[in-house]
Amino acid sequence: MSGWIASLAMLLSFLVSLSIFFSFLLHSPQDRILSIFLFDWIPFGSLKINVGFMIDPVSSIMTLIVTGVGFMIHLYSIAYMREDISIVRYFVYLNLFSFSMLLLVLADNFLLMFVGWEAVGLCSYLLIGFWYEKPSAIEAGKKAFIVNRVGDFCFLIALFQILTIFGTFDFSDISRSASELFMKDSFNVNLLCLFLFFGAAGKSAQFPLHVWLPDAMEGPSPVSALIHAATMVTAGIYLLVRNHVLFSLAPSTLMFIALVGSFTLLFAASIALVQNDIKKVLAYSTLSQLGYMFLACGIGAYATAMFHLMTHAFFKALLFLGAGSVIHAMNGEQDIRKMGGIRSYIPKTSFTFIIGSLAISGIFPLAGFFSKDAILFSAFKSHSLAILFWFAGLFGVLMTSYYTFRLVLKVFYGDKNFKENETHVHESPPIMIFPLFVLAFFSIVGGWVSIPMISGGDVFGKFLSSVLNPTVSVDSHHNLTLELVLMFLSLGIALLGIFLAYQTCCKKRQFFSDSSVVGMRLFSLLENKYYIDEIYSLILVRPLRFIANLFFKLFEQNIIDASVNGTGRLVKSLGANLRSLQDGYVKTYAVSILFGAVCIIFLLVFNFSSRF
Amino acid sequence: MVPLENYLFLSSILFVLGLIGVIVRRSVIVVILCIELMMNGANLAFVSYGHFLNSMDGQLIVFFVMAVAAAEAAIGLAIVVMIYRNRESTDLDEVNLLKF
Repeated sequence: MSGWIASLAMLLSFLVSLSIFFSFLLHSPQDRILSIFLFDWIPFGSLKINVGFMIDPVSSIMTLIVTGVGFMIHLYSIAYMREDISIVRYFVYLNLFSFSMLLLVLADNFLLMFVGWEAVGLCSYLLIGFWYEKPSAIEAGKKAFIVNRVGDFCFLIALFQILTIFGTFDFSDISRSASELFMKDSFNVNLLCLFLFFGAAGKSAQFPLHVWLPDAMEGPSPVSALIHAATMVTAGIYLLVRNHVLFSLAPSTLMFIALVGSFTLLFAASIALVQNDIKKVLAYSTLSQLGYMFLACGIGAYATAMFHLMTHAFFKALLFLGAGSVIHAMNGEQDIRKMGGIRSYIPKTSFTFIIGSLAISGIFPLAGFFSKDAILFSAFKSHSLAILFWFAGLFGVLMTSYYTFRLVLKVFYGDKNFKENETHVHESPPIMIFPLFVLAFFSIVGGWVSIPMISGGDVFGKFLSSVLNPTVSVDSHHNLTLELVLMFLSLGIALLGIFLAYQTCCKKRQFFSDSSVVGMRLFSLLENKYYIDEIYSLILVRPLRFIANLFFKLFEQNIIDASVNGTGRLVKSLGANLRSLQDGYVKTYAVSILFGAVCIIFLLVFNFSSRF
Repeated sequence: MVPLENYLFLSSILFVLGLIGVIVRRSVIVVILCIELMMNGANLAFVSYGHFLNSMDGQLIVFFVMAVAAAEAAIGLAIVVMIYRNRESTDLDEVNLLKF
């Protein structure tokens, strides 16, 4: 029941978003903005902070993703969480998340956005730790929350900088006056953008703040689909796109963002190659795809970043929901080594999962192909150093298709690595299958809104063009041959990745022999995620624990506890001594009353009489 | 005309006698009687002041005190009965449970 109410709320929000979107399509590009002022929130001297919403094409796309994909995931959750006793709590958190995410994307100023920003972080924490009986889930929730704090702290510093420089938090005011207040590539604007980027990197799990996202997979699968793939982790991209005017004034920071993005995409994809938990593979894949988006932002292709954000929301939500369906079918088993050959048992899930995998690998003509290719093309065409980014992206494509199809082949094909009579593999109920098919549909057609080759094919980019002036001029007419060559190149590389996956998983061919030392080292390095968690534990967690322990023993125990306990002991001993006065004999009390009365009379007679 | 001092002297003698009785005697009944004695000492002071100050207030208060004393005597004797029933004695030194 709770699930249906929550889903209905999402459906209504989706319909409203849809109606706004279509009304935008009817208007001319200049009129595609909608501002709603609600009330003064903090009027303080010259500083006025409103609670108000602003919808422009960028936030319109975001609301469509949040409510549309969100509705599908709500629907899926009804069946997925049916047997959980805390289903009401689950849907409350999920709806709270949707509310916060909408607040984040609709806010017309930084502070209101920050409220949404923190609230989605809170919901993420609550949902990761949803199964709080599991110690690992609690740990993962805490880790996500604390790592996010680092990013949020940087965001907060950026907010203070904005307040001192601009004196306002309003997005449109800031965008308008940014070019007057800042010299291009000056230190101030770079510093501001750097802190904004660190905030974005925390929420969008970019290196080195990526450590929380793989652990966040402790939450229920639909949560991973909604929060840790489709919507919340893209908030960082949204932040960058929303403030693209600021960022375009800071080319050095953009360079840094592109570097971090391309590093993260390679780094995460390489880890995903060897992971054995179905959800961990998808988590690292999400990191890698977010890296693509940051890369796109870094080279100034904001519309392309938004485009990839949208297609990624479709196919990654699909993959996570599919993984949830697989886990459901396997009675909670997440290890792909214990699956295999379950395609015939769950034909619908595997069909949609394979569509999602083809889409993420960038196979023509699915959504991922167009969006990833647009990023690669922008990287190829931007500045001179960008050829490195292009290579990184291309290598990322190879790894993406390899790890995705390694997953597909190990789960759905090959030998059965489980006991058939113990695990009754079963297809999920229709209410879980329906969202899979809807998302699969969009994973196929989602890319067709922006086909750069055809002139006028970039409908998506044009829709956003009133907000985002394309800094990378995509004049596709001149470079049609070049673009086609690049497309076939990336398509070929994606197919190569699938081929390699087929060779290793089905033909059992080994590219690194296990006996070679380098191969072993590399394998264990990847399997242990480059030991990042261990390094953090060594340089951050343990010193902090040590200091905390020191203070606990020195200060807490010896000073605070001692004074509190000392007060208690003093009162106790006083009471023990004084209580002997009350011996229970009426006469003792009578004598003490007499004594008191005599004292009062004495005072009255000898002291007060002299005064009056 | 007997001077006021004599009345007050008698009244304080009565009061102090009652007080000593309350403190030193063990029997509950005697203690209650001594409390009555203390009250009567106070009453005497009231009426004599009232008489000498030509005021009815003192006598008025005495009526109140007598009414209260009657009630108090009734309750006090009831308590004595209960103590006796429970303990087979009316010795105050044995009634010391109300402590600590």
